[in-house]
Amino acid sequence: MIALNVNGKSLSLDVPDDTPLLWALRDAARLTGTKFGCGIAQCGACTVHVDGQPVRSCVLPVAAAQGKTITTIEAVGNDRIGQAVQEAWRNLDVVQCGYCQSGQIMSAAALLKAKPAPTDADIDAAMSGNVCRCATYVRIRAAIHEAAAALA
Amino acid sequence: MNTRIVNESRREFLKAGAGLALAVYATPALAAAAAAAAESPATPFAPNAFVRIGGDGVVTVVSKHLEMGQGTFTGIATLIAEELDADWSQVRVVGAPADAKRYGHAAWGGAIQGTGGSSAMPGAWDQMRQAGATARAMLVAAAAETWNVPAEQILVSRGVLSHAGSGRRAGFGELAATAARQPVPAEPPKLKTADQYTLIGKLKLPRTDSRAKTDGSAMFTQDVQLPDMLVAVIAHPPRFGARVARFDAAKAKTITGVADVFVVPGEPGVYAGGVAVLARDTWTALRAREALTVEWDDAGALRASSDELSAQYRALAAKPGKTVIARGDVDGALAGKRLIEAIYEVPFLAHASMEPLNCVVALGADGCEIWNGEQFHTVDQGAVAKKLGITPDRVTINQLYAGGSFGRRANPKSDYILETVALAMAARERGRQVPIKLVWTREDDTRGGYYRPLTVHAVAAALDENGAIAGWRHRIVGQSILKGSPFEAMMVKDGIDATTVEGVDDLPYAVENLHLDLHSPDPGVPVQWWRSVGHTHSGFATEVFVDELAGAAGADPYRFRRGLLGAHPREIGVLDRVAREARWSDPLPPAAEGLRRGRGIAVHKSFDTYVAQVAEVTVRPDGSFRIDRIVCAVDCGVAINPDVIRAQMEGGIGYGLSAALYGAITLKDGIVEQSNFHDYRPLRMQDMPAVEVHIVASTEKPTGVGEPGTAVAAPALVNALFAATGRRVRRLPIDPRELRA
Repeated sequence: MIALNVNGKSLSLDVPDDTPLLWALRDAARLTGTKFGCGIAQCGACTVHVDGQPVRSCVLPVAAAQGKTITTIEAVGNDRIGQAVQEAWRNLDVVQCGYCQSGQIMSAAALLKAKPAPTDADIDAAMSGNVCRCATYVRIRAAIHEAAAALA
Repeated sequence: MNTRIVNESRREFLKAGAGLALAVYATPALAAAAAAAAESPATPFAPNAFVRIGGDGVVTVVSKHLEMGQGTFTGIATLIAEELDADWSQVRVVGAPADAKRYGHAAWGGAIQGTGGSSAMPGAWDQMRQAGATARAMLVAAAAETWNVPAEQILVSRGVLSHAGSGRRAGFGELAATAARQPVPAEPPKLKTADQYTLIGKLKLPRTDSRAKTDGSAMFTQDVQLPDMLVAVIAHPPRFGARVARFDAAKAKTITGVADVFVVPGEPGVYAGGVAVLARDTWTALRAREALTVEWDDAGALRASSDELSAQYRALAAKPGKTVIARGDVDGALAGKRLIEAIYEVPFLAHASMEPLNCVVALGADGCEIWNGEQFHTVDQGAVAKKLGITPDRVTINQLYAGGSFGRRANPKSDYILETVALAMAARERGRQVPIKLVWTREDDTRGGYYRPLTVHAVAAALDENGAIAGWRHRIVGQSILKGSPFEAMMVKDGIDATTVEGVDDLPYAVENLHLDLHSPDPGVPVQWWRSVGHTHSGFATEVFVDELAGAAGADPYRFRRGLLGAHPREIGVLDRVAREARWSDPLPPAAEGLRRGRGIAVHKSFDTYVAQVAEVTVRPDGSFRIDRIVCAVDCGVAINPDVIRAQMEGGIGYGLSAALYGAITLKDGIVEQSNFHDYRPLRMQDMPAVEVHIVASTEKPTGVGEPGTAVAAPALVNALFAATGRRVRRLPIDPRELRA
């Protein structure tokens, strides 16, 4: 059994140690907001926060996440920054198909935690690992700036 | 069936309160049945309706079309809510099940239910407004009856009915039950005029799916969990058409949680099949697949290579093909003149939606239930029914959000769905009749075929003494998408696949002498439509070639086009608008030392929507470049949701740029050389230019916006690169080495 702290709750999951955190969250914890897109940390759809840092959960063994604080899209709105990001996403209607957006929001929230007033170059650097095939990038960029302004 | 889907839509229905639903059909013939269904406590929410109103006042719009990102749910809800005079905050949208009788697509003749060809809004325009207006009339009749006042004196605004004389007011919810008992108006209610719109054309109407897609609650096929469900992955053959010779699953079966391993036979030309692993969860299934040893029988396998196909296609382009258009006398017009000639080539492309393909199937005693991001409802329903030997009405399809599609989930052969059904049938034979979720990994998705076809265009033209086009000879070499599909009879005429020649056969420029012919070689690569279909290559070839002609004429690319578009006011409209907004007549600010700047223009109509774009680029000495900005003008008739239109132009442009910059699926001895996003490279944040979208005001009937932005991005970009460097890119994806200083 693996003990995890996810979204402020203690979970005990019956999964092998080498199970990627992604599949522990999705299939065992039934938190399906975190998405499977590539399985090799190339697309960012699986991004979650581990101790506040954005992590590609598809390549992180669940055993390595034990004892750490994990936040997923389902609870990102519980803090001020995550909430501001979600609000900006809704105000600008960023989403299209929506499949990558959990990961986009998690990466954006982590960026704003580290850099409250990111430049376009900061956004390029922080978001380049999150693919959106609908190419909502124009609005993602605008929404990050809007969230930053709302938090300032 | 032990369970139905955990579908938010169904929960919405139940919350709305049994017996208080108003079901309204757009087709009067079905109205009596609808009213009866609405009255029956046993079936309070008949599935064959577009509008349902619960006792809580929630207006549930049932969308016959899939929401795969293009804002279709929002668009359909806008039309209904507009005529219903609902408050936008009380509107919810759910996906309709597969049912051609009730949800057949008007724009496709009504017999097929599906989503594609940027046709949802043109198909919905009249029908959904009518559905909303009818529901409104029945609510008004209910209020008139309840309040004992004349119906003409009742006002409806933002979800509230009121009568000034008596001071009575009521929300939709209070009147829903009474409304359900009203007769459907014999005469279709009069629709609003444009000046009466409160939602259509409104600048900022929030998407109906924004909230669920920003808090993790939106449900995609990948998210479906059913009791006793097993997750399946399949070891597909590396080559199309190969079969399992033998396999060893001993090691795989030792993994805890693996339920079974067996062969799912493929269906040649439809789906691959292979060795399937059934497991309790996805990771277990993936690990077990890794542990398999499979030997493949390549006897019937495809051994094609892209390089060889490219050479073959180019050789074919030198020979006459099947004539599509023979207007005037091209040979005479070109004789003795200086020919401007070019060959354009585009590669195979995977759709690469963010959600890799997947499907959930549960076989029941006498039917089958499917959960899917369902794009081709009744085509898939029919194919599944045929495979199972049952009638289509026994196949229930639950429509979920699709994590992108770009055409892939509307497979004319129902490939991945039939593969899931075949898997479920094989499992049942082995005593496992449980719901099964088939998961394709990114690698399966990238290598799974149904690509945009590799296509070559060979074009030759000459100018007359006035700089006009004397003659234009155009030859296309490309695999038919429709051959062998259920649409072959309908859309392949005299051996000419309409989807291969679209965008050239209706060339808008004044060309008196035009000859278009076609070769449709069949190398056996599985091919399919890909966002904007034939326009992906025809828009590229024609709009880059026109630029080459403008260059030969020594003319400005914008003015040259404009001068040849006399009979096409809507092309002129978007072209003029984009030139004005991009300040085409002002010189670009100069580039920094060592850099080259340029600006390109392109215009193309697809799916009856007109799009023009101006691209601005800065090219570095090594040929790498930055796309600084794209300005886009679009004319799609009445702009139902301006912000959705803008979003589709932005996204469509990004999708087109992704292909122009990086997209290529290549085959070598039948093996697809790409597998995941590291080698099938997508556009990323740092690649995306600023995009400015301008919507041309129009009173024409609305047309779609999902695809038309895509086809114009590559030619606008390539024309800009030419302006910056003097080098003409004729083959995609762009090789920056061709642009070195």
